[in-house]
Amino acid sequence: MRDSFIKALTELAEIDPRVVLITGDLGFGVLTDFANNRPDQFINAGVAEQNMTALAAGMALEGARAYTYSIANFTTLRCLEQLRNDVCYHEADVTAVSVGGGFSYGQLGMSHFATEDLAIMRALPNMTVVAPSDPWQALELTRQLHARGGPAYLRLDKDKAGLEPAPASVVLGKVREVRAGADAVIFATGAILGEALAAAETLAAEGAAVRVVDVHTLKPLDVEGVVAIASECGVVVTVEEHNKLGGLGGAIAEACLEGGAKVRSFRRVGLSDLYPTIVGDQKFLRRAYEMDAPAIAAVVRDALKAAG
Amino acid sequence: MGELGAKANVADTEALALRLRRHVVRMTHRGNSSHVGSALSMADIMAVLYGRVLRVDPSQPKWPGRDRFILSKGHAGACVYAALAERGFFPVEQLEQHYSNGSVLSGHVSHKGVPGVELSTGSLGHGLGVGGGMAKQLRRLGGNQRVFVVLSDGECDEGSNWEAILFASHHRLDNLVAIIDYNKIQSLASVAETLALEPFADKWTAFGWAVRRVDGHDHAALHAVLDGAPLESGKPTVIIADTTKGKGVSFMEDSVLWHYRSPQGEEYENALAELAGGA
Repeated sequence: MRDSFIKALTELAEIDPRVVLITGDLGFGVLTDFANNRPDQFINAGVAEQNMTALAAGMALEGARAYTYSIANFTTLRCLEQLRNDVCYHEADVTAVSVGGGFSYGQLGMSHFATEDLAIMRALPNMTVVAPSDPWQALELTRQLHARGGPAYLRLDKDKAGLEPAPASVVLGKVREVRAGADAVIFATGAILGEALAAAETLAAEGAAVRVVDVHTLKPLDVEGVVAIASECGVVVTVEEHNKLGGLGGAIAEACLEGGAKVRSFRRVGLSDLYPTIVGDQKFLRRAYEMDAPAIAAVVRDALKAAG
Repeated sequence: MGELGAKANVADTEALALRLRRHVVRMTHRGNSSHVGSALSMADIMAVLYGRVLRVDPSQPKWPGRDRFILSKGHAGACVYAALAERGFFPVEQLEQHYSNGSVLSGHVSHKGVPGVELSTGSLGHGLGVGGGMAKQLRRLGGNQRVFVVLSDGECDEGSNWEAILFASHHRLDNLVAIIDYNKIQSLASVAETLALEPFADKWTAFGWAVRRVDGHDHAALHAVLDGAPLESGKPTVIIADTTKGKGVSFMEDSVLWHYRSPQGEEYENALAELAGGA
């Protein structure tokens, strides 16, 4: 996904001289071509994320279109107040890009797990929050985000959902149905969408037609689309590689309740408000923390049972 | 009232400083707000900047060729509002709304609805980083505008400043000018007792900045050093301005108390009496 982001940004930088990519000293091998080919549009701010973000805000206030880039929490939580005060309050055209959503860096340990970022970025006024599910979608959403302008947060996964490219089906701010069904719906964000699809496949064999919906844009949330789909299916499960609190599950619950969706049962799949203490690859950790396809299928079965 | 702008002389900016002091005492009195000592401390710096040094056009607050000014020590926002009003960015009468219900003139400086404010601050350690970004981008675009950032001494405890200090010298941002309002007193106690900054000038020098130390209440000295800013080609400039917290009101000077206390009753009358004058 990060390669797709860089590909899209390289194209954008060629036609838009206002684009500046600012890294917090990360991106070895990934940013090299960009840095070499467009030195005037590239800054390595060093291991100094507060300044990286303040700098991006200052450049944006003077007409640049700034992208900050680092791993997981370093473009978000480490410099949260710079995002809040300098970027969001000033409506500065800054896009914070995190590589390594969720457990992407699963062997590196808790410091490198991005499992609260969606909730926290969502809480910032003026912020657009996007988590693509596939590399081709990251490419498309980078272009659409650029057209919209910052402030924005782009969360990139190491994994991918594995869906066939269909860029025309991706519209920033709109949910995307990726599997039909009306017995229940799974709303998923990020590459863990692949696990949701596998769960739906399992459930289909058991006779349950489960719709799967890709929520690549958490904010602004497609409230109308979410409410309509939730009402059609009645049984709602959310899936995110993130804490259960305040992220996708929270956003969908808020939309359903306020929008008067006819929901008979509702469940969230995600981290149960804890910090993982073991390491492993992304798929291992999803299994360990009950967020993989079998765990999702079990939650959907439970939700279907509760709905009667 | 004397002339403001590039031709303003020492008497003009001194008169402006006196008016700024009266405004901030009235504003903090009316609003029953804190930080009068911090605002008085930098009144002379602000008077010299807005009275003479900054290339700005009050009729076009967003004129692209303007110098940028950021108050990083946002708690002294009353002094920025006063300076902007005196310079003609908005009516002086509007200062009466400071700190009041429904006002845009917040205790900590905000750009929303206030012409001339470049950056909203209040949390310390933000202004120099954003100012560095502005200076970098203005340089990329080939402009000759300067970016001035006023910081407090206590604010230099914030690590984000030192990130920005590293960045500015590495990128040779000689269009960036930091001014430290070095009144030696922070929130609860003296700087020396809290987190000592000395040898302060040496630290900036070691970080690659051009450094000048100046009496922050001496208008002739401020004119001389700020007229010449930036001081050196290829280096960002820092002016360490030795100041007195609460300057101009005898019983507020050098006192931690007046970081928080609002002048009321007899204290208010006495403060205004000390600031009476022909300006």
